[in-house]
Amino acid sequence: MTHPLLSLQGLTKAYPGVVANDQVSFDIGAGEVHALLGENGAGKSTLVKMIYGLVKPDSGTMLLRGEPYTPSEPRQARADGIAMVFQHFSLFDALNVAENIALGMENPPAMRDLASRIREVSETYGLPLDPYRTVGDLSAGERQRVEIIRCLLQDPKLLIMDEPTSVLTPQEVDILFQTLQKLRSEGTSILYISHKLEEIRTLCDHATILRLGKNVGECVPAETSARDMAEMMVGTALQTPERSGRAFGDVALDITGLSVPAPSAFGTALKNVHLTVRKGEILGIGGVAGNGQDELLGVLSGETLTTDDAVKLEGAPVGHLGPVARRRLGILAAPEERLGHAAAPDMSLTENAMLTAATREGLASRGFLKWGLAQEFAEKVIERFDVRTPGPQNAARSLSGGNLQKFVIGREVLQSPEVLVVNQPTWGVDAAAAAAIRQSLLDLAAGGTAVICISQDLDELMEIADSFAALNEGRLSAPRPTTGLSVDEIGLMMGGAHGMEVAHV
Amino acid sequence: MIRLEKRPQPSRVWSMATPLVAVLATMIAGGLLFAALGKNPVEAIRTIFWDPLFGEFAFYYRPQLLVKGAPLVLIAIGLSLGFRAGIWNIGAEGQYIMGAICGAGAGLAFYPADSALIFPLMVVAGALGGWAWAMIPAVLKTRFGTNEILVSLMLVYVAEQFLASVSLGLLKNPEGFGFPGSRNLQSWDAAHNAELITGTGMHWGVVAALIAVIFAYVLLNRHMLGYHIRLSGEAPRAARFAGVNPTRLVLFCLGTSGALAGLAGLFEVSGPSGQISIDFNVGYGFTAIIVAFLGRLHPVGILLAGGLMALTYIGGDIAQSNMGLPSAAIQVFQGMLLFFLLALDLLTNFRIALSKPEVV
Repeated sequence: MTHPLLSLQGLTKAYPGVVANDQVSFDIGAGEVHALLGENGAGKSTLVKMIYGLVKPDSGTMLLRGEPYTPSEPRQARADGIAMVFQHFSLFDALNVAENIALGMENPPAMRDLASRIREVSETYGLPLDPYRTVGDLSAGERQRVEIIRCLLQDPKLLIMDEPTSVLTPQEVDILFQTLQKLRSEGTSILYISHKLEEIRTLCDHATILRLGKNVGECVPAETSARDMAEMMVGTALQTPERSGRAFGDVALDITGLSVPAPSAFGTALKNVHLTVRKGEILGIGGVAGNGQDELLGVLSGETLTTDDAVKLEGAPVGHLGPVARRRLGILAAPEERLGHAAAPDMSLTENAMLTAATREGLASRGFLKWGLAQEFAEKVIERFDVRTPGPQNAARSLSGGNLQKFVIGREVLQSPEVLVVNQPTWGVDAAAAAAIRQSLLDLAAGGTAVICISQDLDELMEIADSFAALNEGRLSAPRPTTGLSVDEIGLMMGGAHGMEVAHV
Repeated sequence: MIRLEKRPQPSRVWSMATPLVAVLATMIAGGLLFAALGKNPVEAIRTIFWDPLFGEFAFYYRPQLLVKGAPLVLIAIGLSLGFRAGIWNIGAEGQYIMGAICGAGAGLAFYPADSALIFPLMVVAGALGGWAWAMIPAVLKTRFGTNEILVSLMLVYVAEQFLASVSLGLLKNPEGFGFPGSRNLQSWDAAHNAELITGTGMHWGVVAALIAVIFAYVLLNRHMLGYHIRLSGEAPRAARFAGVNPTRLVLFCLGTSGALAGLAGLFEVSGPSGQISIDFNVGYGFTAIIVAFLGRLHPVGILLAGGLMALTYIGGDIAQSNMGLPSAAIQVFQGMLLFFLLALDLLTNFRIALSKPEVV
C-alpha cells in the first residue's frame, strides 16, 4: 500500500469567462500537512470545493487511497473521512455550542452525551470550549474551535482548513498549530490553505502553489524562503513599499474618552477610546475581527454621531457632524465591506465616484449633479490605481474584490484628505495591488495626511504604521511606536488568547 | 436542464425589452384564455388594444385614456420615488381620498363665490390633504419605527370611512334632496377642473402628471436628492456612508407621494367625477402601484405604463360590453400583464443557460 491518501489528477473546472482550475494535479500523503498556496482568485477555493463535493470538476480524477473518488455532495465527502473548516463560519449566534454542532450531524446523540464528547475532544486537542455557551458571545477564535471540533467529532482522515488564522491573535494561532500538529502525529492529513507564508513555513510539510488556476510549483516550505514562495505565487518580483523618514506635524485628529453603545445585539460597544494621530503619521489599529473595528470607523466617518468634542479635527469639535460635513473638512474613510457599504453594488463606477467625492471634487452644484466631472474622476481613479475594468460605466459588482478595493481606496486617496481612515485596505487584494495600496497610503502620509489604518493583517501594519494600537472588545490600547514592537507584545495588546487560561488542562 | 446564471451586471437590452415582451406574452396567453372561453382571440385582443385608439368610436375613447391615465401616472410617479428608496407607501388610495375631500372642502367653503383664486386654493388644499395623510405613517415610522406598509394601508380604510362620513354629513349637498354626496363641482365654474381643450380629455390633472414626470426624471437623474433616493434603495448602508439622512428621506418620499396622490384626488373630484360621494374612489391608488412597477419605477416608463393600463381598462370595458367577455377574464388578463412583467424581469439580472444534466 503505497497509495497517497488523496491524489488529484488533472482537475479542471471552468466557469463562464474564467478557468478556475486548469489541470491541477498533486498528492496528499497520510499524516501530511499540505499547504495550498496562492493569491486570491488563484483557484484555491474552487479546488477544495471539488474535494469536498460542493463543486463537480469538468474533467480530471481524484483517487482516495487508490480508489476513484467522486463525491457528489459534502455528505458523501464526510462519509469518506474528509472534513472542512470554512473561512466563514456557519454558526447560529443564538444557539449554544452543542446545539450548533448537533445541527450539522446526521444523527445527533442526546445533548448530554454530545456535550461530554465535545468536552472530551476539546481537552484531547487543547481546544478549550464550553459546550453550553451561546455562540453569539464567543470570540472569532472560539467560534473557529466550534467548527474544528465539529469536524473532529467525525474522526476525519483529511481535514481541510481555509485560511484559519485570518481571525486569530498570535497566541491563538499558536494553540491552533499545536492542535494541528497533534492531529498530524495521529495520522490525520491536513490540507492547509493560506497566503501567509511564515505560518506555512513553520507548519507545513509540503506546499503546492497555484497561480491563475494552474499548479505552478511545489516546494518544501521549511527549505524555501518566504520571498521565493511569494514570487512563485505572484509570478513576478515583489516590490516592497518604501517608507522614508517622515517628520510628524501637529495633532490632526484626536478622540478623547469616547464611548458608544453597541449598535445591535451582536455589535461591539466602544469603551473609553482615546486616540491621537498627527499629520504625516500612520496609526495602525490591529485586533481580531469583531472587536469594534466597524464601530470605530463609523464614529470617524460620521455615520455614528457622538458628542461634539469626543472627536476633534485640529482642535475643533466634529463629533456631531455627519459624513458630508466631515468630508468637507477633509476626514475621509474607506470601510471594510466593499459591496453595500463602501460602494453600491448595482451602480456604475461613475455613480460610485459620486458617493463620496461629490463634496470635495465639486461634482455637484446647488444639488445638481455633474455626471461629466464624476466620470472624469472615476476614470482618474481607474487609471491611477490600475483598476481592471472596461470602463467607469460598469457596475461595481462586476469588478473582482481586489479591483473594487483599489477603486474604493483610490477614490478617497485622490481627494487629498486631511485625515484618511481605512479599514482592511488590502483585504482580498493580490500581493502586487496590496503593495500599491500600501505605497499610496505611505505617499499620502508623506504629504502630511494623518492616516488611520485599521487592519487584521499584522504584517501590513508593521510594514506601514508608525504607531500601533489594538482594539479588544471595544477598548483601544494605548498606541506604541511600531519600531521595536515584538509579536508577543502585539498579541498581548490584542487581548492575548481568548480562553487561554483553560488551554492546558 | 435549464439553469439561471447571474449576469455580471444588469442587461440594458433586457431592461428595455421586458415590458414589450411581457405585453406580447400577455396577448398570447390572454388570446388562449379568450379562445378557451369560446371567443375569437384576435378580435378580443384587437378590441382591447386597437379599438380604443383607432376604432370607430376612438373619438370618444381617446379622451378617456387621458382621464384614466393621468391620476394613475401622477400617483405612480410619487410612489416610485419611495419605492426606489425602499419606502413602501401602499396607502395612496387613502391619500387620494383625503386630497379630494380637503380640496373640495376648501373650495366649497366659498360657495358660491366666483373668484379665480378658488381653484388654485383647492389645488393647494388637495396636495396638503394627501401630504398630511401620508405624514401619519411617515412620522410614526421615523419616531417609533412602525412599519409604513401596514400603517399607510390601514389608513386607506380610515379614509374610506371618513369619505362616507363627509358625503353624508359635512359636505352633503344642502340642495341634494337628501341624497349622499357633495355639490357637483362641474356646475360651479370657479371650482371646475374643466377640459383645457374641448374634446381631448386634457384637464389640469393631465398637465400635472406630465410636469410630475419631468420633475421626477430630473430629480432622479440630475439631482443629489434623487441620487440619494436611488442609493438608499440599492444599498442602505452605503447611503448612510454617503451622508443620507434616512429620517429626512422617509419624510420627503412619503410626503411627496402623498401630495401627488392628493392632487390626483383633487383633479378627479373637481373634474371627471365632479362630486364627493361614498363611492368616489375607484382604486387608482392601488392600481398605481402596479403602474409604478410596470414602468419599472422610471418616470418615462411610468408614463407609458399608465397609458397602457388605462388602455386595458377602457379596452376591457369595450370587450365586456361588445363581446360579452366576463369581467373576471379581463381582470385575469390585466393580472397576467403584471405576472409576465415580474417573471421576465428576472432576465435583466440573470441569463438562461442550457446545460446537460451533470452525470452523478
